[in-house]
Amino acid sequence: MEPAVHVEGLLKVFDVPERDEGLKAATKSLVRRKTREVRAVDGISFEVAPGEIVGFLGPNGAGKTTTLKMLSGLLYPSGGDARVLGHVPSKRERAFLSRIALVMGNRNQLQWDLPALDSYELNRAIYRIPREDFVPVRDELIELLEIGDLVRKPVRQLSLGERMKAEIVGSLLHRPQVLFLDEPTIGLDVTMQKRIREFVARYRQRHEATVMLTSHYMADVEALCERVVVIHHGRILFDGHLSELSDTFAAWKTIAVALENGAGDLSGYGEVVHRDGDLVTLRVPKAETARVTARLLAEQEVLDLNVEDPPIEDVIELVFAQEASE
Amino acid sequence: MSDFALRQEAGGLRSLVDFYVTTMRTSIQQGFQYRAAHYMYMLGMVAEPVIYLVVWSTIAEQSGGSVNGLTPGYFAAYYIVWTLVRNMNIVFTPYGWEWRIREGELSGQLLRPLHPIHHDLAWFAGWKVVVIVLWLPIAVALSLLFDPTFDVRPIEIVVFAIAIWGAYLIRSFNQSALGMITFWTTRVGAIFQLYIMFELLLSGRLVPLQLMPNWVETLAWFLPFRWTFFFPIQALVGDLSDQELLVGLAMQVFWICVGILIFSLAWRKAIRRYSAVAG
Repeated sequence: MEPAVHVEGLLKVFDVPERDEGLKAATKSLVRRKTREVRAVDGISFEVAPGEIVGFLGPNGAGKTTTLKMLSGLLYPSGGDARVLGHVPSKRERAFLSRIALVMGNRNQLQWDLPALDSYELNRAIYRIPREDFVPVRDELIELLEIGDLVRKPVRQLSLGERMKAEIVGSLLHRPQVLFLDEPTIGLDVTMQKRIREFVARYRQRHEATVMLTSHYMADVEALCERVVVIHHGRILFDGHLSELSDTFAAWKTIAVALENGAGDLSGYGEVVHRDGDLVTLRVPKAETARVTARLLAEQEVLDLNVEDPPIEDVIELVFAQEASE
Repeated sequence: MSDFALRQEAGGLRSLVDFYVTTMRTSIQQGFQYRAAHYMYMLGMVAEPVIYLVVWSTIAEQSGGSVNGLTPGYFAAYYIVWTLVRNMNIVFTPYGWEWRIREGELSGQLLRPLHPIHHDLAWFAGWKVVVIVLWLPIAVALSLLFDPTFDVRPIEIVVFAIAIWGAYLIRSFNQSALGMITFWTTRVGAIFQLYIMFELLLSGRLVPLQLMPNWVETLAWFLPFRWTFFFPIQALVGDLSDQELLVGLAMQVFWICVGILIFSLAWRKAIRRYSAVAG
């Protein structure tokens, strides 16, 4: 089966003007303008199968958004090859743009002064959606995101979360087959984040859509993505199953242990990373986990004991720290 | 591809008309929603032609009743029609393109399967409907104050009605082509001001072109500016022959084509440079 997204050696280089501070440097830059080459995306390759949902992880400036923008036809690549649903995104063909959507959490694409319903009507005309299809799709999305009361209010009067939901409805009216979500839950409260996550999962399942998601909230990634691509300095550091991430990068596990008669000094078992009354969390080398667990059970009066992979945030942090130190 | 996506592909021209009608309707709705602000804006804009009108009428009266054969009645008619033509000539400017790129608004528009210029043309065309409705009382008030001379034939009304939209298109494409410069520099203001200076002098916006030196009038004939102000106004106010009216419309078509060509070429180069600075 042809992949929904195929990327090979994709490259984006920006020439960024730069100068030192002060009048002298400003005057000098009039004559000789200095620029620095920034490789925002540095020859990455990956594929995404139809119907797959992939989390794109990386710190700010890693190249995630630039990649999504190239895949959605907003940016022209400096090199390499990208295909989405068999189309070259930079050609921006109508047939391509009609089948994708890019939702950016910090961007407003609805008419600010008008009710969202008017913007939806505009999108109907832009995407040439037959009216008999448009009304049920619109109403279904409005119902799924529970914004029936809001779509008649001017967009400027909606809260951030309400506006985000209204934005998502507008972006999905044409039922895109590939969905690029760039920080879709940014700035939203926990409840709203959860609603949007549930909605994305349901949309993907119902329409067999392919989804690529970037988010700084690991909860988004853990809830939605089995596969993650970790990108840093424009290069891919990891591409695989979420659970493999900690296997590959984390050299330790955590043991949370609750003791019968209060916690004494457990530093002999591993690094004590947290202590809360009788509950102690230890960090131990992965290879030592079984031995340390057996020792704890044999030598201490254990009420409860859990062996866990480290939190995904910690693993990601570790990945970036390793990259930085190399 | 799903049936749904396939069905979107059909009916190109009909869909484009649907888009224009829908966008114009949305723009009219917004225009009427902010009618008071628009009215204030239009009233402010009337100050400019009224100043020109008072100055030229005074000069005409002091020169024995006319300047170069133009009477105060002609000046009144010229500048009253000017107010409508000026408002019809308001288009999406290079400053708009600058803002659109700087704020990242262009990204949203580029994701749509329709060139952003269609949105600009349709949106401002819708706004013109609001402008015409709001202009009527202003025109009546100015007519009562300044006593314009109108001697209009039906064909002149028809040509005028077409020419104001022709002027709108010429100016839209010219200014959007200038707007493409913002893909290379985020400060397009200086170049735009230079363009406006030429337009002021060579379009009939500042002074009816009959009052300019002959060489200026000749030069203006070969540039687009004249066909965006002077020609539409003269179509209604002047005494143009049928042939001159048709030549004027033909020149508008020519400059619209030139504008589309320059804009399209510039767009193709510009879009490759788009770096979506602000998202």
